[in-house]
Amino acid sequence: MGPFMTRMCEPTTTRTDAAARGLVLDTVSISLGETCLVDLTCTVTPGDVVTIVGESGSGKSTLLACIGGFLDPIFTASGRILLNGTDITRVPARERRLGLMFQDDLLFPHLSVRGNLLFAIPADVARRRDRVAIAEAALEDVGLAGFGSRDPATLSGGQRSRVALMRTLLSKPRALLLDEPFSKLDPERRGRIRSLVFAKARREELPVLLVTHDESDAKAAGGPILSL
Amino acid sequence: MALFPPLLTIVLIVPVLAGLLGVLLPSFGYLPWLGFDRVSLDPWRSLLETPGLAWSVWLSLKSGLLAAALSLAVVALFLAAFHGTGPFRVARRFLSPLLSVPHAAAALGLAFLVAPSGWIMRLVSPELTGFERPPDYLVVHDAYGLTMTAGLVAKEIPFLFLMALAALPQIDFRRDLWIASSFGYGRIAGWLFVVFPQVYRQIRLPVFAVLAYSVSVVDVAIILGPTTPPPLAVRLVTWMNDPDLSLRLQASAGAVLQLLVAALAVGLWLALERGIAALGRLALQKGWRFAADRVLRIFAFAAMFTALLAIAVGLALMAVWSVAGPWRFPDAWPAMVSFRVWTGRLASIEAAVAATALIGILAVLIGIGMVLAALEARNRASARNPLSRPLVVALYAPLLVPQVAFLFGLQVVFLRLGLDSTLTALVLVHLVFVLPYMVFSLVEPWKAWDPRYAVVAHALGHGANSVFWRIRLPMLFRSVLTAAAVGFAVSASQYLPTLLIGGGRWATTTTEAVALSTGGNRRLIGAYALMQMVLPFIGFLLAAALPAIVFRRRRGLWVHS
Repeated sequence: MGPFMTRMCEPTTTRTDAAARGLVLDTVSISLGETCLVDLTCTVTPGDVVTIVGESGSGKSTLLACIGGFLDPIFTASGRILLNGTDITRVPARERRLGLMFQDDLLFPHLSVRGNLLFAIPADVARRRDRVAIAEAALEDVGLAGFGSRDPATLSGGQRSRVALMRTLLSKPRALLLDEPFSKLDPERRGRIRSLVFAKARREELPVLLVTHDESDAKAAGGPILSL
Repeated sequence: MALFPPLLTIVLIVPVLAGLLGVLLPSFGYLPWLGFDRVSLDPWRSLLETPGLAWSVWLSLKSGLLAAALSLAVVALFLAAFHGTGPFRVARRFLSPLLSVPHAAAALGLAFLVAPSGWIMRLVSPELTGFERPPDYLVVHDAYGLTMTAGLVAKEIPFLFLMALAALPQIDFRRDLWIASSFGYGRIAGWLFVVFPQVYRQIRLPVFAVLAYSVSVVDVAIILGPTTPPPLAVRLVTWMNDPDLSLRLQASAGAVLQLLVAALAVGLWLALERGIAALGRLALQKGWRFAADRVLRIFAFAAMFTALLAIAVGLALMAVWSVAGPWRFPDAWPAMVSFRVWTGRLASIEAAVAATALIGILAVLIGIGMVLAALEARNRASARNPLSRPLVVALYAPLLVPQVAFLFGLQVVFLRLGLDSTLTALVLVHLVFVLPYMVFSLVEPWKAWDPRYAVVAHALGHGANSVFWRIRLPMLFRSVLTAAAVGFAVSASQYLPTLLIGGGRWATTTTEAVALSTGGNRRLIGAYALMQMVLPFIGFLLAAALPAIVFRRRRGLWVHS
């Protein structure tokens, strides 16, 4: 659907299995005024990737913002979002525990690589030594051992992506929302980072919702492809 | 949280409104706290009977309009002729340091430069002029206020230049310029016809602020302006400080008159806007291309750099004077260096520096807290614009209403509250002038901050407080410090608020420098004026150095300029 077409959100009759594990979108529709941008029902089971493709301006990012709990108040949304059987539609963003990744890595520039990772580790890991150990292990896991004290600005694009991925995973998310996270990488790195992300998600049994306009991303994801 | 934006609005608007009421009532004879409780027209009658009043009003109106129009014209022409070129980059480099120089210091420097015994005359004497002693020309304090106007123009050019530069990135002017030049319009004409109207729309309020300031200026007028009679605002301050309390009623009526004069100036300015717009349309209809604009280019170049150099050289001269030993008239340089002023008057200079720093630091600390709290409150309320509409009005109120017009009344209010001459009152009144500039300085970087950092931080499980303190504030550290430095510079440069609300009991570098300007001790004036510049300079130095030190290993936060 192009940005200038107008479509009303019509009630759909599809029923979803609300009790299913994973991320369930139950007749989620988002409108801007009278214009319907998104109208979607789908289930993302743990470890699977559902890809949503669409032109720019089709509301892909708006959908992710809605699921993540950051929808700009100029939009109106209806329907239910369920995570592992719990309705999270009205839960504030920081309690949803959904891992978000954008095309920019958005590493906090005033913190070191380690600082970025420490910021993500949940507060229930209380001892500083444990937190640092977790961060170091995460860096080692993606081949960045010893990078902890580095300035994020001195890392290469691929290295930054890996740090951003580990930062997201360390926050113990219950699902991943990926907003074209590979589109700024060069083709060679792109494939490697992509497989890394999907492998991690599968290992941690995370449902993944990927929005992209790139066909190779969609193909690599290997799951169902929905078009907006 | 939600209370902070209205609180900020109230802190700005209440003093202005209370102050206006505090001159309006006394102007009709009602000032019961000083024993005047009979309503009458006497204050107005005695005001209007004051000899030379019409001339004072005329001086204020004329110098104000001329100063605003000339400084805007120079900025517009200079941008048109030189934007993006070498001279433009040089001028921009000078800009920020000159902007932080208090009006009084700039005016004093100018006086040191152009007075008959000033440095320019010394440079060319006796070789070119034959003068062995200073000639008896009335350059400074000239009866028509030309030197005063020149001083205002020189000081307002950096301000309007900066405002215009801030407006430019929001305009897609390059394409517009290409189109204009492809039609055969000269560089200046293309700018003035196509780009300038868009810039002007955005800097209109700052231009009005310059206008309101210039028609009611006190410190620059005392230093450079006519004395027989002086402009209206200066006379009002004299009456206000007179031991004869009944003159206060007359001064209050004068303050209302000053407000009317400022309103008239704005009215005339609006008419001028229309006239110029009509001329522009006429030129477009006739298809004039103004391709030959060399004379205008030369004028713009000369005017801009004369203004910048005059302030810069004037400031340097004051530094030289403060350490000058014997310095006879036609000599270009003092015969020897002497630190007598610095050693002999150290105690009083130190006291003035300490008072300036104390008031400024308190106002900035309170102010920056209020500004950040208000911006963050709007952010948490998901407001589209970081500044509410009432707040924008409140921010401009103290800049558009002439200081004299409401400070007299505010003094009465503080007197009534038993707060007159206290540090509390001084910090409060400084806040009224400091807050707008801090908001203007901080709001653009605040808006430009990428909100996705907050989204990521929330998704990582952090709440609003954590995002503010641990992510947004550190990332905006540099901008916050710059806003604080701007606020401090504004506080340090306040003359009238410090004089009136401080009741003469708080001597800052600015009040001392202006008070000394009527005497002839150039070494002492130089010392105070130098400290006037040094304090804001230290503020800006810290604002630049601290982030560079704290974040020396964080390249992503370095500003590329």
